[in-house]
Amino acid sequence: MSLRIVVCVKYVPDATGDRHFAEDLTVDRDDVDGLLSELDEYAVEQALQIADEADDAEITVLTVGPEDAKDALRKALSMGADKAVHVEDDDLHGTDALGTSLVLAKAIEKTGYDLVVCGMASTDGTMGVLPAMLSERLGVPQVSLLSEVSVEDGTVKGRRDGDTATERLEARLPAVVSVTDQSGEARYPSFKGIMAAKKKPVESWDLEDLEIESDEVGLEGAWTAVDGATERPARTAGTIVKDEGEGGKQLAAFLAERKFI
Amino acid sequence: MAEVLVYVDHVDGAVRKPTLELLTLARRIGEPVAVSLGSGAENTASTLAEHGAVKVLTADAPEFADYLVVPKVDAVQAAYEAVSPSAVLFPSSAEGKEIAARLAVRIGSGIITDVVDLEAGDEGPVATQSVFAAAFTTKSRVSKGTPVITVKPNSAAVEAAPAAGEVEALEVSFSDKATGTKVVSRTPRESTGRPELTEAAIVVSGGRGVGGAENFPVVEALADSLGAAVGASRAAVDAGWYPHTNQVGQTGKTVSPQLYIAAGISGAIQHRAGMQTSKTIVAVNKDAEAPIFDLVDYGVVGDLFEVVPQLTEEVKTRKG
Repeated sequence: MSLRIVVCVKYVPDATGDRHFAEDLTVDRDDVDGLLSELDEYAVEQALQIADEADDAEITVLTVGPEDAKDALRKALSMGADKAVHVEDDDLHGTDALGTSLVLAKAIEKTGYDLVVCGMASTDGTMGVLPAMLSERLGVPQVSLLSEVSVEDGTVKGRRDGDTATERLEARLPAVVSVTDQSGEARYPSFKGIMAAKKKPVESWDLEDLEIESDEVGLEGAWTAVDGATERPARTAGTIVKDEGEGGKQLAAFLAERKFI
Repeated sequence: MAEVLVYVDHVDGAVRKPTLELLTLARRIGEPVAVSLGSGAENTASTLAEHGAVKVLTADAPEFADYLVVPKVDAVQAAYEAVSPSAVLFPSSAEGKEIAARLAVRIGSGIITDVVDLEAGDEGPVATQSVFAAAFTTKSRVSKGTPVITVKPNSAAVEAAPAAGEVEALEVSFSDKATGTKVVSRTPRESTGRPELTEAAIVVSGGRGVGGAENFPVVEALADSLGAAVGASRAAVDAGWYPHTNQVGQTGKTVSPQLYIAAGISGAIQHRAGMQTSKTIVAVNKDAEAPIFDLVDYGVVGDLFEVVPQLTEEVKTRKG
């Protein structure tokens, strides 16, 4: 039987752009160019490698987000995913992590899955909690923060490099996996891949399709509230010297003045 | 006063510093009740009591070490149900965030992660976060349920605040999901003898300019002269010159030390995200145009292989 892989991806504002907040204190997604979160490219890559190893596999890439989020799906499809699901609904604006995990879990269940693959965190919110939440909601094992992953005979195995130890983990499918940026460089879409992606199916679902009430999500339904956002003041310009042979000593004098030595 | 549950991060009974910082923050919003799990849990009680824990709930079972995260979620949930706290605090470690995330789903409560400050407010604790590569500071609160909050290291001072620290055994019955992910093996990381990167008062980092793994001892020597932790930029880590566990930046660690020294690091947004909130920033770089110089309190434009060894010698001389 075919191995059904669902990869969760996020469309995020470009981190090198001038990111800021909209008036309602949600992330402004209109004024900055968006793209597939870099950390999710690693998830797509590992899904593709797992699919290559399997006799028969199908990769669905899933996102929740506004119309533009389709760009992230296209990128993943051009890398080699088979089909895409876009959950889009005006009532989703301002949904927090808990709400997003609810929507993703319902969409994953509706899609059907043996393995869910996520990135380690998004590059905008950077919470890194979605994989654990999905595992909890779906009631399947969490095999997270892997820098190495493989699937064999219905078991997912991986290596988790923690702060104090490296762990080897194992769980039976179905399971939720998250991979780090150490899992292996993501491939670039080929020209053929980009052309092929245009013909791949992208389904659009709204909250009604997922049987989610609008008051369970969105800014009003959120479990958290942002009360204020202030731009960090620019650091005051420091002293810059050119090394003329005494640079190290000058630096030491500065550190001594600041009482670090 | 309302009780605040604090999840204890410890290694065989040795409490890690971020947990003591959590106790400082917990005391601002209520009475800290600590939850200490796994091997050595009971040995954490005296340290926790010294820093303000009125009660220490402990549990040990093989499941905590043999299976990933979920057994600990079961235990924290049991503590939550026993105590009915006004908030639950976790360190922002990988495991802390995962336990927090699952607990939030189970108890239907909002979660705020990577908090850098926490204060009492009229509508519950107010959490400060540093977002968009530290370009913005936000104030947030949990609006539904019991606030579940994870806090970054170095967010508060460790304070002595003796309290009862009464030890109580926590009754835990594991859910059938607890044994879903087996930890087949665990290899402890070899200690370098240097301070933990996220906890260190001083961090010395090397980047692309270091030029190779064989040159990193130059960075390490400076770090050792200052009693500092060693960091590395993504470029240096991706090139295989230094371990990923030492990476500072968006996909690595976020550090906020008193002093950050960047050697041969240009200061791409990816890196800045991980160090921008450092109190004093110093850089050595060949390229006068490197963006890192926009952040520094003191910068030296020059060859790091000249400047850094000279600095190391000078530090040693001055320290005698």
